[in-house]
Amino acid sequence: MMTIFGIPTAALFGQLLVGLINGSFYALLSLGLAVIFGLLRVINFAHGAQYMAGAFAALLLLTQTGIGYWPALILAPLIVGLGGALIERTMLSRLYKLDPLYGLLFTFGLALTLEGTFRWFFGTSGQPYAPPAALTGAVNLGFMFLPVYRGWVVVASLAVCLGVWLLIEKTKLGAYLRAATENPVLVQSFGVNVPLLLTFTYGLGAALAGFAGVLAAPVYQVSPLMGSNLIIVVFAVVVVGGMGSILGAIVTGYLLGIAEGLTKVFYPEASNIVIFVIMAIVLILRPAGLFGKDA
Amino acid sequence: MARGSASPAAPAVVAHPRAGTLKLVLLLIAAAALVAAPFFLYPIFLMKLLCFALFAAAFNLLLGYTGLLSFGHATFFGGSAYFTAHAVKVWGWPPEFGILLGVAGAAALGLLMGVIAIRRQGIYFAMITLALSQMFFFFCLQAAFTHGEDGIQSVPRGHLFGVIDLANATNMYFFVLGTFTLGMLAIWRFVNSPFGMILKAIRENEPRAISLGYSVAEYKLGAFVMSAALAGLAGGVKALVFQFATLTDVGWQMSGEVILMTLLGGIGTLVGPVVGSALVVTLQNYLATSQFPVTIITGLVFMACVLLFRRGIVGEFYASRLGRRLGFRSES
Repeated sequence: MMTIFGIPTAALFGQLLVGLINGSFYALLSLGLAVIFGLLRVINFAHGAQYMAGAFAALLLLTQTGIGYWPALILAPLIVGLGGALIERTMLSRLYKLDPLYGLLFTFGLALTLEGTFRWFFGTSGQPYAPPAALTGAVNLGFMFLPVYRGWVVVASLAVCLGVWLLIEKTKLGAYLRAATENPVLVQSFGVNVPLLLTFTYGLGAALAGFAGVLAAPVYQVSPLMGSNLIIVVFAVVVVGGMGSILGAIVTGYLLGIAEGLTKVFYPEASNIVIFVIMAIVLILRPAGLFGKDA
Repeated sequence: MARGSASPAAPAVVAHPRAGTLKLVLLLIAAAALVAAPFFLYPIFLMKLLCFALFAAAFNLLLGYTGLLSFGHATFFGGSAYFTAHAVKVWGWPPEFGILLGVAGAAALGLLMGVIAIRRQGIYFAMITLALSQMFFFFCLQAAFTHGEDGIQSVPRGHLFGVIDLANATNMYFFVLGTFTLGMLAIWRFVNSPFGMILKAIRENEPRAISLGYSVAEYKLGAFVMSAALAGLAGGVKALVFQFATLTDVGWQMSGEVILMTLLGGIGTLVGPVVGSALVVTLQNYLATSQFPVTIITGLVFMACVLLFRRGIVGEFYASRLGRRLGFRSES
């Protein structure tokens, strides 16, 4: 058996993969947070709850209507995104003129309400969601066995992250979004419907969380509490990366996921807190975050 | 919190000349009610209420008077509960020293967290405190002295100053009431001191406070540690009241709860957090036996507060015509 630093390679690569999977979710979620924050200046505390809602949407689509994984991968984010857009339009949009802390508090309340509601209907125990038949089994990579679904999670999240980055950096809609981030009043005076843009952005961010939820459903169990602890880690990821850049959010997400996986190999006791420790160190050395521009 | 939500230019209402006397009378009535309460209501419930009221008031010291929203105050409340419970149960310390250790521990945690968190402002500050307190939660989950999921149970209340038996509910109640009063007096004194004035100046206009030569970071850190220590006082007393310390007290939900209490009652008022915590604790007591998850209500109240009455109940009353006629004013 091969070893590196006294650790069997199979265990090392296994934990690296787990880290990469977690990193995929960190990247997707911190990307959504960064997109929302960029335009709305709101930290979306409900992001974890929307991730959970995405997983539940997939589960309910399957159990109630028999709609399987592949359609759910499109439908569930759509449902969550529309729900998010509705909440933005009716409630969140009233808070833009206030201190950004009110947006955080409002979405915190929203997260509690969503979680409580799902807990009331479904209890706290997790429910399994089987991966689609095409993605079951594992392939031998020579140095380790890779479960196909886990490989798919990494590929799919990378593709979506890249897609969103392209949408924002390379399309006309993205140009409007970036312009509205810089100067909403000016963009509005050019005839762009900025309020609609804000609604779309919040919907997009929520849909990204919902997508991550569907992706996560076969890996973790579907439970009302699946998002609440995750969102705190994602906040730490966002602080490390700095809110300024979309690409920074994605890269930091993967890096911290891998760092967490490696910690599980070398010092498992600290694996829960390693991201928070990294956050504290980054704050001391570089308070604006690794990719942040704002002081 | 910054003045984003501040009152629109209110029409001038002159306070009634006897408003000062009225406030004094109200204060005396409240004091009398607190002294008489244990003979009519369940003492444990009242003690819980007083602990949370002090906790929320300590939290408000930071949010209301310094403008810093901490999402990690459970660390100080729950951490102190652990320290006190451990000192009293395992080391056999008398209750007053156990609580003092809890306060000192909470202040030390506050210093550590504060040094890191005050490097950023606003929402970043909130997210950092949340992340650091989650780190402390995981520490408590794994550390040996906290006994993980079980918590520290059957903590003896002991004898205050070696004489007064705190196992007696009435004695314990008056001990809690005394601690609460001392804590509130400390907050009142702190808020109205030159130090408190500088904190308000920082909250209103930080660049200006810097340009006036104040070392803003040190003042913020001072307020953070003070708030942490007082939250620790509440947590230590709570550990003795309930005779246990558990993970619930250090979880992020607890940090959220204390924000709700303050927001609901009124940010930046002395009485607001007390009123808010009374309402939240009462609500939790009513729903404790039902299957209905209390977080639904908590979440909805949160959303309603933020959307409809950001000044909180007491703050809205202070801002109303009647409130101003009676000479009340809110600090934020």
